[in-house]
Amino acid sequence: MATQAAFMPGAETKTQSVLWSWLTTVDHKRIGILYGSSAFILFLIGGIEALIMRLQLARPDNTLVGAQTFNELFTMHGTTMVFMAIMPMSAAFFNFMIPLMIGARDVAFPRLNALSYWIFLSGALFVNASWLFGVAPDGGWFGYANLSSAQFSPTHSIDFWMLGLQILGVSSMLAGFNFIVTIINMRAPGMTLMRMPVFIWMSLVTQFLLVLAFPAITVALILLMFDRFFGTLFYVPSAGGDPLLWQHLFWIFGHPEVYILILPAMGIVSEVLPTFARKPLFGAPVVIYSGIMIGFFGFGVWSHHMFAVGMGPVADSAFSIATMLIAVPTGVKILNWISTLWGGTIRFTTPLYFSLGFIAMFTMGGLSGVMHASPPVDLQQTDTYFVVAHFHYVLFGGSIFGLFSGAYYWWPKITGRLLDERLGKLHFWLMLIGFNVTFFPQHFLGLIGMPRRIYTYAPDLGWNFWNLVSTIGAFIIAVSFVIFIANVIRTARSGQVAGPDPWDARTLEWSIPSPPPVYNFARIPEVHGRDDFWATKYGDEHGGAPHPQPAPVTAAEIAAIHMPPTSYWPIVLAVGMMIMISGLMTSMYQIIAGGLFTLFCMYQFAVEYHRPPAAHGH
Amino acid sequence: MADHAIPHAVHDPNIGTTGLDNRKMGMWIFLGSDCMFFGSLIGTYLAYKGKSLSGPTPYEVFNIPLTSYSAALLLASSLTMVLALAALEHNRVRTAALWLLATALMGLHFVLNQVYEFYTFATHEGLRLGTSLFGSSFFVLTGFHGAHVTGGVIWLLLIVSLAMRGKLDRRDYTKVEVAGLYWHFVDIVWIAIFTIIYLIP
Repeated sequence: MATQAAFMPGAETKTQSVLWSWLTTVDHKRIGILYGSSAFILFLIGGIEALIMRLQLARPDNTLVGAQTFNELFTMHGTTMVFMAIMPMSAAFFNFMIPLMIGARDVAFPRLNALSYWIFLSGALFVNASWLFGVAPDGGWFGYANLSSAQFSPTHSIDFWMLGLQILGVSSMLAGFNFIVTIINMRAPGMTLMRMPVFIWMSLVTQFLLVLAFPAITVALILLMFDRFFGTLFYVPSAGGDPLLWQHLFWIFGHPEVYILILPAMGIVSEVLPTFARKPLFGAPVVIYSGIMIGFFGFGVWSHHMFAVGMGPVADSAFSIATMLIAVPTGVKILNWISTLWGGTIRFTTPLYFSLGFIAMFTMGGLSGVMHASPPVDLQQTDTYFVVAHFHYVLFGGSIFGLFSGAYYWWPKITGRLLDERLGKLHFWLMLIGFNVTFFPQHFLGLIGMPRRIYTYAPDLGWNFWNLVSTIGAFIIAVSFVIFIANVIRTARSGQVAGPDPWDARTLEWSIPSPPPVYNFARIPEVHGRDDFWATKYGDEHGGAPHPQPAPVTAAEIAAIHMPPTSYWPIVLAVGMMIMISGLMTSMYQIIAGGLFTLFCMYQFAVEYHRPPAAHGH
Repeated sequence: MADHAIPHAVHDPNIGTTGLDNRKMGMWIFLGSDCMFFGSLIGTYLAYKGKSLSGPTPYEVFNIPLTSYSAALLLASSLTMVLALAALEHNRVRTAALWLLATALMGLHFVLNQVYEFYTFATHEGLRLGTSLFGSSFFVLTGFHGAHVTGGVIWLLLIVSLAMRGKLDRRDYTKVEVAGLYWHFVDIVWIAIFTIIYLIP
């Protein structure tokens, strides 16, 4: 191992500053770290927005913020958490873990991967820049037409939101193409599809949802853009346009998006539970098929977000049945996770705590989801705090618990040091208690009639007590993340050194040093079955002997590894795109200049390695 | 087997587990995604068909012979694209470049026809983006197709420029093939758009 650490292929011969090396990196691990840290900062921003909202709602007739600011806060909170926190946090794990778990040296298109990140970052900065101009988006994260029209939203607020989402969409789709090809085409020898870890499978389904669902919102946003900038009539009722067109296009994207947010967390839980129960995932193929089924069904249920618009009994019934059906594969997964724990030799570590939290909270959110599947019930609950409670149980109780399970699980692999278990468990308990104190009362508030998105309420409606409780809960959640940050800072220097396999885990990423060398695998591993690394250590579940250890890696093998060199075109291209798109709000000249520059960058990007140096015997 | 796993300089890094080329697979997935894009635009057009409250109707403005000629151009350009690839496969770079140029020029001709069509609609027929739902959905759908063709023309011309500078040969077959996949897709989408918008009453 000493030779591996000493030799760093791909390292530039000339000395580079650390900053330049990060700006031009194409290493999937570094890009994963960039995604994760950016997403966490945005998660904190979205969280602060939530805390301000909760403070405003803590007591009736509160005047902390006005109606306009409150609209901006809930719009930016939703947009930030969905597109700039949960999705990129998942992308951080896709980036860092997919190549490691399938036994690859990098993703299929490393520079495209860097481009995805820089476009994501510019989109996130773009949307949040609206705060600086005093025109933060205020039309809700769903941006329903025709409130978003130039007539009713004359400032640039909707422009920032609409163009920003378009930019973030480009980033997600580019990443989607990249990861699908990576997973299908970059697997180590012997890693057949059904031997892939379940996290990889859930990632694959997520990427297909991304590339197939995002075009719908792209079109919805393009139509909105043309309405606002070029005078088309798509969402203008007085010209015969139908604002429901927006709702259909948005939710054809929006419901698969829900699974884009939850499937990665399901994948993480499917890795964490077997590791800490020390037995294989119960019915792993069925968990995989269920994930695929959720992906398919996810495209057929979008109108359950629209029962209240009056689509008629036939459409209501069809979407109601489809929505109830989708609970079946989800329930199958929950059963399989619980069965994985059954009879296992369980080690109660922090990652397992978060996974158990995920199962419990997600189940509760799923149950209230099945309630909404029934149109008569949904009509009672639509636009009340009951719905707010429901989707926070699936997105916070589900996605965020799952993602933090992954963070604690893979932290030692990413940084080389373990997070502190005592602080981690404190984080978990505070987050679990705070989460339930915040959101469980919102079920009650919704059922006694408190609508969503109101900035204040009269004192005699009976909502005072539970609102105060909910606000207290929100601050408990905030404290739990302070503890997480303290844990990160404390263990950065003094944390226990992890070693390659601190959890005695099952999948390939644990067979290499922590943090992994730049080339990941000194020798591409050969895979003989599911949980191959476990079988290498202990033999398979049928009592087979451990696989023979491969011969030690030689220095010559490592010297032969060719890693892609760094490139500055991804970040420059992302900047060019920003110049072009923000030109829509300033002048035609900026659009043209930005467009030509972007085109130039794309050409340079394309021909940068037109004749790879390796071909000339580099 | 372990020895075979060591990558050699001669091993093509673009060929993966399935034996397919990464770039081709990536393009196919992009095209799948683009199907959803055009599907959403065509769906919008169909949802608004006949819902315009004012302005000219489709058959008052359409110049079917001109558009048929455009469609024929685009379909013919798919043939020249294939001929370019066939020439490149046999390393006849000059011939390949000529066929690519022909493909790009036919695409350019298509785009210019569309510009002319849009221009006459706007000036003589009184149909603009903001005239009616028909104007909005027609111009946005066909305009985005035209933008796809324009992108393809630029892509092809850049490949031609590589060939003229002696930087294109048989080794670049897959790169050109990927551009070809995109080009054929844009042609096929036009068949759908032409049928749905212009031919079906």
